[in-house]
Amino acid sequence: MRKKSIHPWPVRLTHWLNAVCMVCMFMSGWAIYNGSPLFAFKFPVELTVGGWLGGSLAWHFAFMWLLFINGLIYVLHGLISRHFKRDLLPISLPALKHDLTDALRFRLVHEKGVYNAVQRLMYWVVLAAGVLVVISGLAIWKPIQLQELVALLGGYDIARYVHFAAMAVIGAFVVVHLTLVMLVPKTLLPMITGGVRPIESEKNRP
Amino acid sequence: MIEPKKRAIQRIKLEPAQQLQLENVQRRKFLRGGLTVGAMAMLTGCNLQDGDQVDKVLWAMSRWNDRVQAWLFSGQKLAPTFTKAQMTTPFPFNAFYGQDDIPEVDLPNYSLAVSGLVRDKAPWTLEGLRKLPKRTDITRLICVEGWSAIGQWGGVPLKTFLEHIGADTTAKFVGFKCADRYYSSLDMPTALHPQTLLALDFCEVALPPEYGYPLRVRVPTKLGFKNPKHIVEIFVSNDNPGGYWEDQGYNWFSGI
Repeated sequence: MRKKSIHPWPVRLTHWLNAVCMVCMFMSGWAIYNGSPLFAFKFPVELTVGGWLGGSLAWHFAFMWLLFINGLIYVLHGLISRHFKRDLLPISLPALKHDLTDALRFRLVHEKGVYNAVQRLMYWVVLAAGVLVVISGLAIWKPIQLQELVALLGGYDIARYVHFAAMAVIGAFVVVHLTLVMLVPKTLLPMITGGVRPIESEKNRP
Repeated sequence: MIEPKKRAIQRIKLEPAQQLQLENVQRRKFLRGGLTVGAMAMLTGCNLQDGDQVDKVLWAMSRWNDRVQAWLFSGQKLAPTFTKAQMTTPFPFNAFYGQDDIPEVDLPNYSLAVSGLVRDKAPWTLEGLRKLPKRTDITRLICVEGWSAIGQWGGVPLKTFLEHIGADTTAKFVGFKCADRYYSSLDMPTALHPQTLLALDFCEVALPPEYGYPLRVRVPTKLGFKNPKHIVEIFVSNDNPGGYWEDQGYNWFSGI
């Protein structure tokens, strides 16, 4: 029998490409935000890329293509390989309650190759935020050609807040994600090498 | 230096395949670390103005984005219009200089020059322009910085003007020169869009100095910086005339 990896190569490849994209999109996006802040704060210049608004916009609109194509490949792979259905579903309310309680008490055991209910929920939330950040980004990029999309989001001004909020959700995910990797470092290697999925966990899956 | 390290590895006694895998992982981790932290620290300086390799890629992507936007642009799709009650007051002043440096235009002697691929290159007076059919729209001006403001502009549709001067509308670009050092240009499909105006009026009065007197281009389907003010010359060309900001790195098409 062929050994199954914890993370198939398309997931690993898109994951790391996405990591690069996100760093660029966050840093250039924060610089663009600074051009006309929505709230009473600006992002530190050290956390931005591009040097000036024109440069930052160029970064943002260059990397959006890589982000979009990479995201599309990831989603298509997730659907076709049934990765979403197999690994991220179902999320039952009791399991969520149980895992969340454990997680908050730092008692949740990491089971190799299996996502717990809290993880599953977090992945769905960040995927939804990813879709929203792209939709709202398209809306504020093309508010006339895609005016129906802008109307759906409640107008141009609100669409800018939606784009910011989706970014903030993804940013919060990244913070939690990186914290968890630091707390459970053994999860890092399989995301690079693929790892080997324990065969028994295939049967014990809820 | 190398000897003790080797011995340490041998003490763990890895299988050759494992050893190879470990080395590969370490190499990949090192490369990735270099790609993210180090590279980002170097790349943050890339700003479209140094002419380095990254800048070349960013410029190339910007030209690609021009093409995508030209393809997305619909000559029929109108910008949403607003009511008088929704207008932004006061309408923000915006230029590459402060309000004290608004150019002085000698109104009695003002004339609009016409050049390039047109049949009739005679200059135009403001009176002549005012005799042409007029259109008024209340539209949103969106700045490249992200803010926006709603205002009312009235004037001659650029399409009507181009027809009057016998412009070659199969040409690719319409360029504008301004009384300040500003300049900009439009793709022909946008120039022919029904809402693209040679604006003479703002809020039903002749354009005041701060909003680009005596003549500005109002293009609701473009970002604010593609709406040049204090126009003194219009020309039609097949060579991209660029623009004040466009040549520094703002995306040339900048359609919205």
